[in-house]
Amino acid sequence: MNYFILAYRNLRKKGIRSYLTLLGICIGIFAVVSLITLSNGLKLAVGSQFGVSSTELITVEGAGNGFGHPGSGQVNPLTQRDLQEIEKLSSVKAAVGRVIVAGKIEFNNKVVFGYATNIPSGKDRDILYQQIEAKTAVGRLLKDSDSGKILLGYNFYANKVGLGREIVPGNKVNIQGRDFEVVGIVEKKGSFIFDNIVFMNERDIESLYGSIEEWDFINVLPRDKKEIDKTKEDIEKLLRRLRDVKVGEEDFTVSTPEASLEQVNSILNAITIFIIIVASISIFVGAIGIINTMTTSVLERRKEIGIMKAIGATNRQIFMQFFIESGVLGLIGGAIGVIFGVVLGYFGIIGINNFIGAEIQPQISIYLIFFALLGSFLIGAIAGILPAMRAAKQNPVEALRG
Amino acid sequence: MKKEIDSDKAFIRLNNVAKYYEMGESVVKAVDGVSIDIKRGDFVAVMGPSGSGKSTAMNLVGSLDMPTKGHIFLDGEDISSLNESELAQVRGKNIGFIFQQFNLIPTLTVFENVVLPMALQGVPQYEREEKAEKILRRLDLLDRREHYPNQISGGQQQRVAIARALANDPEVILADEPTGNLDTKTGLKVMDFLTELNKEGRTIVFVTHSPELAKKYAHTIYWLKDGKIERVTKERKK
Ligand SMILES: Nc1ncnc2c1ncn2[C@@H]1O[C@H](COP(=O)(O)OP(=O)(O)OP(=O)(O)O)[C@@H](O)[C@H]1O
Ligand SMILES: [Mg+2]
Repeated sequence: MNYFILAYRNLRKKGIRSYLTLLGICIGIFAVVSLITLSNGLKLAVGSQFGVSSTELITVEGAGNGFGHPGSGQVNPLTQRDLQEIEKLSSVKAAVGRVIVAGKIEFNNKVVFGYATNIPSGKDRDILYQQIEAKTAVGRLLKDSDSGKILLGYNFYANKVGLGREIVPGNKVNIQGRDFEVVGIVEKKGSFIFDNIVFMNERDIESLYGSIEEWDFINVLPRDKKEIDKTKEDIEKLLRRLRDVKVGEEDFTVSTPEASLEQVNSILNAITIFIIIVASISIFVGAIGIINTMTTSVLERRKEIGIMKAIGATNRQIFMQFFIESGVLGLIGGAIGVIFGVVLGYFGIIGINNFIGAEIQPQISIYLIFFALLGSFLIGAIAGILPAMRAAKQNPVEALRG
Repeated sequence: MKKEIDSDKAFIRLNNVAKYYEMGESVVKAVDGVSIDIKRGDFVAVMGPSGSGKSTAMNLVGSLDMPTKGHIFLDGEDISSLNESELAQVRGKNIGFIFQQFNLIPTLTVFENVVLPMALQGVPQYEREEKAEKILRRLDLLDRREHYPNQISGGQQQRVAIARALANDPEVILADEPTGNLDTKTGLKVMDFLTELNKEGRTIVFVTHSPELAKKYAHTIYWLKDGKIERVTKERKK
């Protein structure tokens, strides 16, 4: 007995109105599939935004308002003294002060506003290059002896910053009214911050913006990366003392990449829970819709049920017929939801890529699709249990009367 | 199928069978104490005025319904004591129904309608399709096999219904006014076919309002009135 063929035959004859009741399942499955696809993509995207693959890097920031580039809008910025004291901690191997400054970039008779960041000198330079895994796509990295030279993020080379022409080593770029010679282009990082920034030796930044008194953030390399959490605590303790603040009232943050990722994940998880609630509600509404459609269908097909019984169908077989048909109905709703969900997930990730300059491969999980389809079949089938029982219990003679 | 006809033993026996319907205060006695014996291979007509209980009696014999009182034996087995799934087995294997309204499944093709009773009995796909084809050929319906019921004439639909009734090779064919919706000529064709099936040894019971048809085809005629057997007549056939 092939119930699926019977179900297919019956569903084919159904009017458009029966299919409208599938909207609930459709929206629910759509929400789940698109959400999971998007949030998986987002997690990858956010991960890549840190631009440092090194998981042993601690970032210290003054408490900011949370807007703009890192370090902007700080109430109580990090000082040179903070940096020196952090460097002296026994659990710290190296600490590098970082600034990000905003400025006017002129090239090819076009002007854009962008950001520049400092490259320290001496052994700190090597540490920083190592931390950010600085490699050039073309040209070379900056050296201590360079003056009036800059290193650019990949998007300058890829002509994606609005200067109308790609910039290559040897070009002269005017920054804040002074000409700089480009010595190299950093490899593509897939990170908005890194791919759009201008790297300058600290002396050159100071020549444009005055001597650096405050740091936007400090990169800290722990002595033992297994002890990264202890190092983090040491820094927090130190800064509380230096800046005279109590636990819980810190005007700075010390974060590890893992902790930051965790924070992003927890936000994503909260969104996920919200969407799952929305999806559950629409799936619930959808299930009610299927119960309704199937109940109507049982009433409309009383005569058919009577005929089936007259030619030997058992109650179980009648039950199965309606049960499977209801499941297939759910499956159709789910399949439509999956299609739209995958499309939104796919283009959503491409949108995110364009927005934050990342290059996340949209990943469509086969498991996700499989379980979404299985789930929608089961939801339909479960919704069909009561109507199917009703169908099975029909008295054959009364059913035959129609 | 073609067992020796045992002329003494009843093949279908109704023993003081009654079916009552409660309608609020009053009770409708649709069938009221019927006792008959039908021999294997008999060709039986049931006649009587409208509302006399013919369909109700047919449904009881066909195990579509349970009697309020009495016992029904089919080939010695008391079907009034069977449970629901056992009754379904009897309906599927031992009995072929033919209705006035044809009662084909509209969403299935002619071929699928004939295959369905075999599928319900779990006959393997190859076997049931071969069998369906054989039966459809016999009823001259092969060229209609992919049509849907609403695409063929009433006479053809009734032939499909006969084909479906034959699918599981039942010993009993129950036909409730099989010619009721057909013109005289088409009706006669259907009756001729039932005669053919009877000659194969199948027991046929049919309901009709036409004394001519009953006299022409049946060997035994039961006359029902108010749920009771009024009289029984035997017809001599050459
Ligand atoms: N489900 C039911 N509930 C109440 N009364 C019923 C029911 N089924 C049948 N009856 C009654 O039982 C009686 C016999 O009905 P039945 O259908 O057997 O008659 P019939 O001889 O087949 O009539 P017709 O020639 O019109 O088909 C009728 O009075 C009918 O109204
Ligand atoms: Mg009747």
